[in-house]
Amino acid sequence: MRSINLLGVTLAIALGATPVLAGPTLDKVKAAGVITCGVSTGLAGFSMADQQGNYTGLDVDTCRAIAAAVLGDAKKAKFVPTSAQQRFTALQSGEIDILTRNTTETLAREADLGFNFAPVTYYDGQGFMVAKKLGVKSAKELGGATVCVQPGTTTELNLADYFRTNKMEFKPLVIEKLDEVENAFFSGRCDAYTTDRSGLAATRVSKAPNPDDYVILPEVISKEPLAPVVRTGDDEWLHIAKWVVYALIDAEEKGVTSKNVDQMLTSDDPEVKRMLGATPGMGKSLHLDEKWAYNAIKQVGNYGEIFDRNVGKGSPLKLDRGINALWSNEGLMYAMPIR
Amino acid sequence: MTGDTRRSIHAAAIQPSWWREERFRSWAFQVGAIAATAIVIGSFWHNALVNMERQGIATGFGFLSREAGFEISLALIPYSPADTYGRALLIGLLNTLLVSAIGCVLTTIFGVLLGIARLSSNWLLRKVTLWYVEIFRNTPLLLQLVVWWDLLRYGAPGPRQALQVLPNVFASNRGVTFPVPNWHEADLWVASALIVGILATIWAARWAKHRQERTGRQFHTIWVGLGLIFLLPLVVFLATGASLDLDKPALAGFNFKGGATISPEFAALLFGLVANTSAFVAEIVRSGIQAVSWGQTEAASALGLRRGQTLRLVVLPQAIRVIIPPMTSEYLSLTKNSSLAVGIGFADFVSVANTEMNQTGQAIEVIAILMAVYLTISLLISAAMNVYNRYMALVER
Repeated sequence: MRSINLLGVTLAIALGATPVLAGPTLDKVKAAGVITCGVSTGLAGFSMADQQGNYTGLDVDTCRAIAAAVLGDAKKAKFVPTSAQQRFTALQSGEIDILTRNTTETLAREADLGFNFAPVTYYDGQGFMVAKKLGVKSAKELGGATVCVQPGTTTELNLADYFRTNKMEFKPLVIEKLDEVENAFFSGRCDAYTTDRSGLAATRVSKAPNPDDYVILPEVISKEPLAPVVRTGDDEWLHIAKWVVYALIDAEEKGVTSKNVDQMLTSDDPEVKRMLGATPGMGKSLHLDEKWAYNAIKQVGNYGEIFDRNVGKGSPLKLDRGINALWSNEGLMYAMPIR
Repeated sequence: MTGDTRRSIHAAAIQPSWWREERFRSWAFQVGAIAATAIVIGSFWHNALVNMERQGIATGFGFLSREAGFEISLALIPYSPADTYGRALLIGLLNTLLVSAIGCVLTTIFGVLLGIARLSSNWLLRKVTLWYVEIFRNTPLLLQLVVWWDLLRYGAPGPRQALQVLPNVFASNRGVTFPVPNWHEADLWVASALIVGILATIWAARWAKHRQERTGRQFHTIWVGLGLIFLLPLVVFLATGASLDLDKPALAGFNFKGGATISPEFAALLFGLVANTSAFVAEIVRSGIQAVSWGQTEAASALGLRRGQTLRLVVLPQAIRVIIPPMTSEYLSLTKNSSLAVGIGFADFVSVANTEMNQTGQAIEVIAILMAVYLTISLLISAAMNVYNRYMALVER
């Protein structure tokens, strides 16, 4: 199925669905009345569909916030599950409008693949998970291990780099489908499973037969800044993706939440008033309704709310804010000024 | 004869205009068709380049000489992540060729046996093979591969609890690990003796055939052959004093170190392909045997040939002419089906190419390489089978 899909996408590029590819994404989204976001095929905390087909997760909420900002309704977001290999061709060919799928920002992806990255929504790092009964305490003891990994990821490259740097050998077991990789690991086919540490935590909580039998090793072997991705050459759309994310972070910093956003419309803080459209101008600059940020925050919540609900203390993952805290709390989340 | 004369008379009588001439027309249509195809492909290509240029997507095959940076689990020739994308593709290609070559040989042997069993006079054997053929022909191959893989993974214990099936041979969910002999100078002599033995056996078989055709006297080629192939190397082995020290696998850390390992992914792919394709081959062999008229068998038994001899000397040589052409497409489909390896994590050509497609983002170039390589492999198999077919075909005098 995948190869057919890839071929289709390639054909779409070759046959030149020119208007879709080059045309302003904003016009297309407005005309369709729905925004199509590429998400993962199921990663707890980031994008996961329940039995009724309702998606939840941090990446999903990013997409919903953009839908609320652009179309005034967070429900007007459609989710397309993409594998690690499908995601980029899906975006290049115009099948999706934006990729909100735990994707690491790198130079080659931006420069060679024809993409632009919006601001980072989760600062992650790659780690290893092993069965507790192996008695491994550090990734440095993994020499000779068989490691499960998904293909076409930065993870696959970092893994090879890490073992090369530490002069250790390993055997990769490369499987594209996330479910199959996780199965292979939990069935004992691999000694270790490697991906972003948030992903490891999600897999451990949601897929392990008994989460306590597995440990995540302390080493963080890479930087994985996960960010939404748009096609290059459509600055209007890039600006929207970028500033919606900034607005979510800014809202947390200014104490604007989904509950108090209506009171905040009459705030004394001029930046809050500009952001929420009480002082008009910002929406017009983005070619959006003045209520863009108001709608996003009202319907989805600020960055802190989104984090807590999906991956933080209000979720089964219970991840610390860590470096994902606001800059004022010694984290890395820093929104550019809305003015 | 008469037709020719009539046509020439006709042609002389009415000279058609040049655009109505047969030769011109057939050429014009063919050139036109080629030109139209070239224009369509060319415009796709141009369009793709323009679109990718505008979207800022890198193009060209320059990436093949860049560092790959990812590891591959099975490499027949030395490979490390520091090697190039081009070499990584070569590793994947060799893996595909390995599994296809072994698969084709095993499929032929297994399929022929199954095909003969389908026609056996033994009721149980006939029915069992019938069920085998129907089950394996009528379920999806990918499903079969996943089932094999699950059996091999879940059916076996972890490496630390590995089963020792034979001395120094271990079975675990990491595969079957077995000792391999260390290479010595003296082994070269043993290997040469083995080759000499095989060549001598082939020569002896030819000589025996000739003599039987001339004089009717039979010769026990099998025993002489076994002696040449097994005893000769053994004698050389003892004479040169070669030592048989093995590289024995030992548990070190997580996995076995030393020896050689057949991974569950490779085994599942091979078993799956062989089991599936030989079901098709069995039917081809059955139909080939049934295409040989029953009278041949009756004549053979009237001459006093035993059952096995009838099959080997009378039926199969005639059946093989019917069998070869459809076998070509079975070899082709086995080779192409080996690309289903991506589903079960074996690092074949498609799997490596997929990884590269995603790491470099150059989908069109990688797919072009994929198509070119599979086309080349398929055409080579076809060509080889056509040559063999011509060699086996009835020479009409």
